[in-house]
Amino acid sequence: MSETNIYLPNLMRIAKITEESPAVKTFRLEFVDEVAAQNFEFKTGQFGLYSAFGEGESTFCIASSPTRKGYIECTFREAGRVTAALADKEVGDIVGFRGPYGNVFPLEDWQGKNLVFIAGGIALPPLRSVIWNCLDLRDWFKDITVVYGARSVADLVYKHELKEWSERSDMQLVTTVDPGGETPDWKGKVGFVPPVVEQLGPSAENTIAIVCGPPIMIKLTLPVLQKLSFPPERIFTTLENRMKCGLGKCGRCNTGKSFVCKDGPVYTLAQLNELPAEY
Amino acid sequence: MADTFELSHEALNGLFAALRKDGRRVLAPVDSDGRTELNEVESPAQVAKDYLQTILSAKEVVFPKVERLLSYTTGPGKVELKDPEPKALPTVLFGVRPCEAAAFGALDAVFNWDTRDSFFNARMAQIAVIGLSCTKADAACFCTTVGGGPADTRGSDILLSPIEGGFLAEVLTEKGRSIQALAPELFQDGRGIDKTAVKLDKAFDQPALTAKLPGMFDSALWVDQSLRCIGCGACAFVCPTCVCFDIQEEADPKQGQRLRCWDSCGYRMFTLHASGHNPREVQSQRWRQRIYHKFSYYPERYGMLGCVGCGKCTRACPVDMNLREHLVETSEMKA
Amino acid sequence: MEALKQKAKDLLERGEVKAIVGYTKGTGDIRRPYFAQRPEQVDGLVLDEACTQNLATYATKHEVRHLGKLGVVALPVTQRALLQLMAERQIRDGDVIVLVAEEGNVEKGNVKELASAAALEEHLALKTDVMDEKDQELLAKLNAKSREERWAFWHRELSRCVKCYACRNSCPMCYCDHCTMDCNRPQWVPVASHDLGNFEYHVVRAMHLAGRCVECGECGRACPVGIPVHLLTFFAEESVHRQFGQRAGHSAKLDYALSTFRPDDKESFIR
Repeated sequence: MSETNIYLPNLMRIAKITEESPAVKTFRLEFVDEVAAQNFEFKTGQFGLYSAFGEGESTFCIASSPTRKGYIECTFREAGRVTAALADKEVGDIVGFRGPYGNVFPLEDWQGKNLVFIAGGIALPPLRSVIWNCLDLRDWFKDITVVYGARSVADLVYKHELKEWSERSDMQLVTTVDPGGETPDWKGKVGFVPPVVEQLGPSAENTIAIVCGPPIMIKLTLPVLQKLSFPPERIFTTLENRMKCGLGKCGRCNTGKSFVCKDGPVYTLAQLNELPAEY
Repeated sequence: MADTFELSHEALNGLFAALRKDGRRVLAPVDSDGRTELNEVESPAQVAKDYLQTILSAKEVVFPKVERLLSYTTGPGKVELKDPEPKALPTVLFGVRPCEAAAFGALDAVFNWDTRDSFFNARMAQIAVIGLSCTKADAACFCTTVGGGPADTRGSDILLSPIEGGFLAEVLTEKGRSIQALAPELFQDGRGIDKTAVKLDKAFDQPALTAKLPGMFDSALWVDQSLRCIGCGACAFVCPTCVCFDIQEEADPKQGQRLRCWDSCGYRMFTLHASGHNPREVQSQRWRQRIYHKFSYYPERYGMLGCVGCGKCTRACPVDMNLREHLVETSEMKA
Repeated sequence: MEALKQKAKDLLERGEVKAIVGYTKGTGDIRRPYFAQRPEQVDGLVLDEACTQNLATYATKHEVRHLGKLGVVALPVTQRALLQLMAERQIRDGDVIVLVAEEGNVEKGNVKELASAAALEEHLALKTDVMDEKDQELLAKLNAKSREERWAFWHRELSRCVKCYACRNSCPMCYCDHCTMDCNRPQWVPVASHDLGNFEYHVVRAMHLAGRCVECGECGRACPVGIPVHLLTFFAEESVHRQFGQRAGHSAKLDYALSTFRPDDKESFIR
C-alpha cells in the first residue's frame, strides 16, 4: 500500500578506484542488486546523489557513458565531509547511489553537426560522459573537437583517456595547462582555456559548443564563443549547484523559476540568460 | 458541493467523543502560558477560546521538524538499509484557520511534484481538517489579498463558522462526510443560515505584483527591506507553506539514519557550495528569494501562490519584517 | 527625542557617519530596528520603552558594516554589548559612535556622543546594572527547584525549539561567521531539532556566552515559540560573575574569565 521511498539509495560496490590527480578520484560502481543492475538506464547529462554511509550524500554527474553497461562511474574532488569519507574508501566497499536525476544533453538534435567540447579542471567529468557517448555513436556527428585545460599537468583528469583521445583519428584533442603549470616534457599548449579556444577559432557553422568549467572559466569563454558567432541556443553547459534531494523538493537548487536538479543541470546559454545569475 | 449543517456547542462535545471513540487523536489550538499552540485535546473545553492563530502552523503534522527517511546498519563490506514505515496516526486537526488549511495544497504541490513523497502522503492520508472561520484579523493578516479569505473552504474537510449557540458546519469532502457519519444526529439542518466572518480588505493587487516581479529583480528595494533582517529561520519555520528541507546524516560506526529537517532559504549556508562560492552571499539576495519563490516562481511552476497571507512570519520575526507591509511597498514601487 | 534626531541629522549631514542605527515604529505597538542613511530619514527615529532589540548585533552584520561608520542609538544593554564587542576586537575603536539619550532625560534633550571605547567605558562605569525584576524572579524560582524539576522544566521548554536560531542571530555576541553549529567536520552538534539536537545547541550557546552575555534578554524575546532561553545565558553569566567577579560589557580591555589564568586561582588541581 505504501508508496516507494524516493530517498532510498541503491547499494553500490566499488569495483575500481582511479587516482586522477591530487585529491581527485574516479570510482567505478556496480549495483549490488542484480535486478537494479539490469534495469538501470540513464542518459548523458544526468547526475546522482552518492552516499558515504555515516556521513551523508554528495552530488556528482554520472561520468561514464550510458552506452557502457554494467557499471557507472563518478569522479569527485575531496572537498568536504562526504567527499573526504568517499576518498577513504577501498575497492569492495559499499556506497549509495540515487538517480539518475536531471535533464539530458539532446544528442538526437545534434546529429549531423560538429561538436566542440570545452572543459576546465574538475569539470571534465560531466563532459566525459557526453564525449564517450558521442564517440560510441560516432557516425551521428561530424567533427568532434575537445579543448581541455587544467591548472597544471598534475591536475589533468582522465590522463589515460586523454592519451587515447589524442591518438584517435576521428577527433581532435587540444590540451592546455595554465602558464606555470607545465612540466619540462609537456607537449600540449600553455595558456588559459578561453584564449586557447579563441586561438583555435572553431567555426560556429553547424556546430554545437558544450562548455563546462569553474565559474571564471565559463565567464571568460562565453564571450569568446559569442565573438566566434555561436548563437546562445547552440552553446550548452551543465551547472552545479548545492543540492540535497535531487528531486525538486528541498528548494536548495532553486534558481529563478528553475530547479537545477530537474530543469537542469543541462542548459543552453539562451535558457541561462533567462535565469538570474544565482548559480 | 458543500452540505451545510448546524452544529451546537453541545453537539461539538459529542463529535469530539465520537472522533476519539473512532481511534482518532484530536489536535487543536490550546492556551499554553499565554501562547496558542497546537496540542492534543480530549474535549472542546480544552480548546483555546478567542485565539487568532497558533504560533507554529499545522504543517508540522504532515511535515514534522524531524523525519527519519531511512536507517541502516554497517559492517565490513556490507550495508543493510531499512526503509521506515512512515508513522501516521489517524488525526483530526480541529480549529485550523482557513489560511493554514489552504496551505496544505501548497505543500502537496511540492511534495508530489514529479515524484511522490511517501512520508508526506502517508501523513496527509491520515489527517482530516475541521477548519474554523475567523472572526478577527490583525495587522499582519492578508489572506484576502492572496486568493483566500476568513471563511475560505480550501483545504478543510469540514469548515465551522461561529454562529449563535454553535457553528455553521460545511461538510466539504469525502473525509468530512466520513466524520459526519460517525455521529450524523449531531448535525442539524443548516440551510438558510448565513456564514459570517470578519471582513478583510485586500492590501494590494497580488496578480499585478506577480506580473511586476520579473522586472524588479535588480531593484535596490531588496537591500533596503532586508537591512534589518538577521537571517534566522523563524519566518520559514512558522510559515505553513515553507517546505525547504535539509537532509542530515547521524551515525556511529555500526549504524546510522538519514533525517529530514526544516531548512530556510534565509540562511547563508543554504546555497553555499563546497568550493566556498555562494550564489546568494548577501541577505538581500536571500530576502529577494523568499519573495520571488512565493510570489513568482511558485505560480509559474505549480499554478498557485506559495503564500496564504496568514501573517505568522510577521508575528514571529524578531525584527518585525512585516510581509504585508513589504509587499505593499513593492507593489507601489515604480517598476 | 528632538535632540536625538538633531544630533543624528548633524552626524549624517557632516558625513561623520554613513548611517544611524536606531528604532522606528513597527507593527502595532512594537518597535523595529531602523537605518537612517539620509538626513531626512532621521524623522522616523523613535526611542521609548517599547524599543527592545539589541542594536549592537548590527555592528557585526556585514551588510550594515559595509555602509560605513555607524551612529548607534544605544540602550544601556546595547552600550555594554558594543563595549564588549570592542574588547573582543569585533569593532574597531572609532568605527561606531554611540549615541546615548540619557535615561529619563530624553525630553530634556540630553544626548551624549561617545566616540571611543574609552569614553564608553567611562560612561558605563557610572552605572549599576540591575537584571530585570521578572527575570530575577524566574531565575530564583528555577534555582530553587530540585535538579530533577529543573531538568523536567528545560526538557519541556526545549521540546518546542525548532532550531530556527532566532536567539543566536539576534544576539550581539553571536557574531561568528562560521558558528559551531555550522561546522560539519566534525558535526559538533546535531542539526536536527530532536531532544539531543535542541539541548546540545542551547547548552553550547550558554557556555559560549558565559562571561560575555550583557543580559539584554533579546534571545528570549526573539524566540518565536516563547522559550525563555535568555535564562540559560543569564545563569551562565551570573555564574561567572559569582565565581570570578567579572561582568561582560564593562571594560574595553578583554579580561575573559574562562580564558585567563591567574597564579592565585582558587582551584588547586591546575597548579
